[in-house]
Formats: sequence, C-alpha cells, structure tokens
Amino acid sequence: MSPIMYERLWEALLDTLLMVCASGLIALVAGIPLAVLLVLTAPGGVLQAPRFNRVAGGIVNAFRATPFIVLLVALIPLTRFITGTTIGIWAAVVPLSISATPFFARIAEVSLREVEPGLIEAAQAMGCRRWHVVRHVLLPEALPGIIGGFTITLVSMIGASAMAGAVGAGGLGDLAIRYGYQRFDTTVMVAVIVVLVALVSLVQFTGDFWVRRLRAR
Amino acid sequence: MTGGELSLIPEAYFVGLRQTGTMAGARDSLLESRHPVAGSVCFEGLGKTYVSSAGPVTALAEIELEIPAGTIFGIIGRSGAGKSSLLRTINRLEQPSQGRVLVDGQDIGQLDENGLVALRRRIGMIFQHFNLLSAKTVFDNVALPLRVAGVAEARVYQRVHELLELVGLQGKESTYPGRLSGGQKQRVGIARALVHHPEILLCDEATSALDPETTQSILALLRDINRQLGLTVVLITHEMGVIREICDRVLVLEQGRIAESGPVWEVFGDPRHDATRALLRPIEHDLPADLLHRLSSRAPEAGPCQRVLELVYTGRGRIEPDLDRIAGVLGGPVRLLHGGVDRIQGHTHGRMLIATTAQGPTASVLVEQQLCHQAKELGYVADHV
Repeated sequence: MSPIMYERLWEALLDTLLMVCASGLIALVAGIPLAVLLVLTAPGGVLQAPRFNRVAGGIVNAFRATPFIVLLVALIPLTRFITGTTIGIWAAVVPLSISATPFFARIAEVSLREVEPGLIEAAQAMGCRRWHVVRHVLLPEALPGIIGGFTITLVSMIGASAMAGAVGAGGLGDLAIRYGYQRFDTTVMVAVIVVLVALVSLVQFTGDFWVRRLRAR
Repeated sequence: MTGGELSLIPEAYFVGLRQTGTMAGARDSLLESRHPVAGSVCFEGLGKTYVSSAGPVTALAEIELEIPAGTIFGIIGRSGAGKSSLLRTINRLEQPSQGRVLVDGQDIGQLDENGLVALRRRIGMIFQHFNLLSAKTVFDNVALPLRVAGVAEARVYQRVHELLELVGLQGKESTYPGRLSGGQKQRVGIARALVHHPEILLCDEATSALDPETTQSILALLRDINRQLGLTVVLITHEMGVIREICDRVLVLEQGRIAESGPVWEVFGDPRHDATRALLRPIEHDLPADLLHRLSSRAPEAGPCQRVLELVYTGRGRIEPDLDRIAGVLGGPVRLLHGGVDRIQGHTHGRMLIATTAQGPTASVLVEQQLCHQAKELGYVADHV
C-alpha cells in the first residue's frame, strides 16, 4: 500500500470513529430515557400507561424493522432539515442515531425489566418517589446489562456506518467499497477488514471488562 | 451471634431519636415510659379482589382487626392465604378493594402521594429475600431512605453508623451485599427499615430464607427493637416456631378470611379452627406408630396391662402437669410416654401421653381435680409399653 493509501485509511478510520461516536452518544442519551419510559409505562410498571406504551413500542418497532440502507434514504428530508445538507459525515449521523436509538432502547429495556420487582417494592416501601426508583434502583441495578447492550449497539453501528458511503460520508466501509471492490485493490480491502476487526474487538473487550467489573460486586 | 449480645441498643440510638425534629417530644416520652404512643393499625371491613384471566379472585375478605401499638403481631396461614396481601395494605403497597386501613387512626386510603411517602417513612419493612440493592454498599443501602428524603449528608453519616452498630454490622460499611451472609443481609435490611425511626416494622417472611441459628439471632434482634424502641412489629411467617418465640398476638388467615386471632398462648393452646390445627400439627406430638398398633379398647382378659391416657393443656388458668398429684389421683405410678408441654407467655400448653398400671378412677377425674384441661382414655396396652 502506498503512503497515500495509509493516509486514506487513517482518514477513513477517523471518519468512522466520528460517525459512530457522535451517533452512539445520541443513542445513549436518547435511548436510556426511552427504555426507562417503556419499562415504567408497561402494564404493572410504576407509571402505568398502556396506550402510551403501545404507541411508543410501535414506533420503536417500526424503526427497528426498516433496514439501515433504506432508512438512510428515507430520512433524507429530515436530515436536510436538521443538518442543512444530505451528504457527508453529519448527514450520516442523523440516520445512524435514529436507527441506533430504538435498537439500544430495546436492549436496555430488557435489562431494566430484569431488575427484581422486590427491589422496586422495597424502594417504594422506604418512601422513594418514582424518580428515586429510577435513579437509585432501576438504572444502577441494570447498569451491567445496559453497558453490555451499549457495546452491542456500538458494534452494530460500526457495521451500519459502512453503508454511510451511500450519502458520501466516507469511512472505512466506503473505502473498502470504492478501492477494494470498484478498483479491485484487494490489499486495501484486507487492510480495512483488519482495522474493522481490531476496532470491534477493542469495543467488545472494553464493554466486557466493565460488565465483568460491575457484576463482580 | 446470640440474642444476649444484641440486647444492648447503644445509647447513640436514643440520642439519635431525640434529634428528630417535630416528633422529638412525643418520642422522648415514648422512650422513657416504654409505652408506645404511636404505631397502631386497624383494618375495617378490608377486602381485596384480583381480576385474573380465570375471573375475579378473592385474596382478602371481611378483615376486621386491630393491632395495638407496641405489640409483636404475627400473621400465619398456609401459602396463598393472603398473608402477604394483608401486610402490604398497611403501607399501601397493596391497594385494598373494599374497606379501610387506619394507621394511628388515619385512613391511609385518603393520602395523596406526599402523604403516602410520609406514611411509608413511618413504616419500615423487611423482606424474605432482603431486597438489598446489589449496586450499592452496605452504607449506601442503609443511607438511601435518608438521602431520598433530603437529609443532610453529615446527619446521614451519623445515623447510618448508629444503625449499623445497632444491628451489629460495624466495619461492613463499604462491603457490597453480594459478599454478606443471609443473616448479615437481613441485618442490613433491618437497619435500612429503622433508619427513619419508624413506628411500625413490617416483616414479610423475614426469617424464612435463614438457617435456624440465624433465625434465632434475627428474632432476638426484632424482640429487642420492639422492647427498647416501642415499635409495633407485624410479621408474617409460616414457621410456627417464630410466632411462639416472639409474638404477643397471632392472627390465623385461611383463604383470605380471619380464622381466629388472639393472644398466642390462647390460640396455640386451644386452637378452634381447622386451619390453625393443620398449621400446628408439625409441632404437636402425635401418637407414636408403635403404640397405636398395640392399643386395644378393652383390657386384656389375662396378664398385666397398662392404661394409656392423653392429657391436654390449653394454657388457660394455672393448670399445670403435676405428675405427682396425677399419680395420687389415679392411685398408682404414672409414666410419661410421649409428648410434652411448652410455656408461652407464662401459660403452659401441650399434650402428654401417660401410662399407668392403676385401674382406678377414669380420666375425667383428672379434669375435675384441675390437673389437666382435657383427658381421654386412649385404651390399654398388654404388658410393658
């Protein structure tokens, strides 16, 4: 590989990292409240609202059902409204976040649901309000599961970001398609795969480490 | 750890009690007289009906009951009898379908959210599976009720240390519950339940997950707390031993209704309801199988034989099993074959089988002579028993 290719590879890695980090952060900030809301409003939850729960669940499912490459195109009007452009990294961040948020929310919801009902009851019995139950019981008790779920989300976002080339956002996947596939440059293809494997391994390892550490208490 | 070691509640606890704002005056007198002024519970026509897929299910019905302040009140019953539901109506974790629950004369069904939170801070609760937060240390678990109530951190620190000393867990502040034994976990649970100076402590099968020795130490701690702090303790259990050990009064629930209730010695000594008898059977002494086979209703024609009598003590009055006088009345030596008596709250109750060679007066004489409450001739056994 020529030095210029190394430079391209480096830039592509940075683009991927930027896209995944930015939309990962958004998914985290939006997904946890969404997951909490889904759990609280579920039948038997501390804030029962079955109709709201069904509607929110339906919207989450709708986004989860749409393949990312379709979502990327379908959301173009929204992307233009938010970022003012439909190409480039930030244009990819919008659909990436919107696809990752419901995905992560569903995983976090499962972890929150697995918090023992007895703990919530104990918290209520000691005079906790609903907000205290969320803050002191649900979130801390479900934290290992939420971190594990966020790890899965990040890994699947690294995969999805490869399609971002469709809106000219660059990144590792785009590099592999353009050089490895369209120009038959196998070396670039292999290099991209190696970098992606390393990146995913690092994310997974870090996530697992924290989950283990929290579970060991 | 034995009960004896725990009987001294540190002075710090009382100092703590005196510093709690508006209620301080009332609590001072509470501690000095050891006569509780608060912590009574009253159920008026309470009922609870669940709607299940198979139609409505009655969990509780027509519960009329008063739990006097300062008592240790036991609720027993088979599983599914509604014990848990009844206990949970006291802090409104369970919403009754009919009737009212009064705590210190106040109808708790009328409380809004703020009122309910305030009520729950006056009522501590401990659980069978402890329900400690695994992500928080022992200190943070005990501190949580204070922190959510907005108590200043310095005060939290002081209070949590008092409580951990009370339950004998000093030095475990920064341990996570996962590293504690069952008994230690329940002690953390008790500390957490007492942190707001409650008037009532609800115990939901609090010793059912513990081994017998640990059960004893937890019961001793509960009794100490009741005596020294004047707390009303309401506990549910399926272990008869627990009721006999520490309760003043007992309620037997059967299919959501009150089967019977009263002082423990009375209910245990002379159970009137089938449910109570069924629950008591494991701790009763039944007729041994070998004896049962050899009993005959009539005395054998020839050879020596012995009469077998059953004596029952219900605990009423001052009647006690005076074997010497029994032998005197029957007119011959008496041997104790089986059974025994317990003293509950100063009342003797139990069942004994005795054998005698004397062929004198019938067993009913023993009742007339006030040597037992009920006497029954079980039959005769040839030669040696």
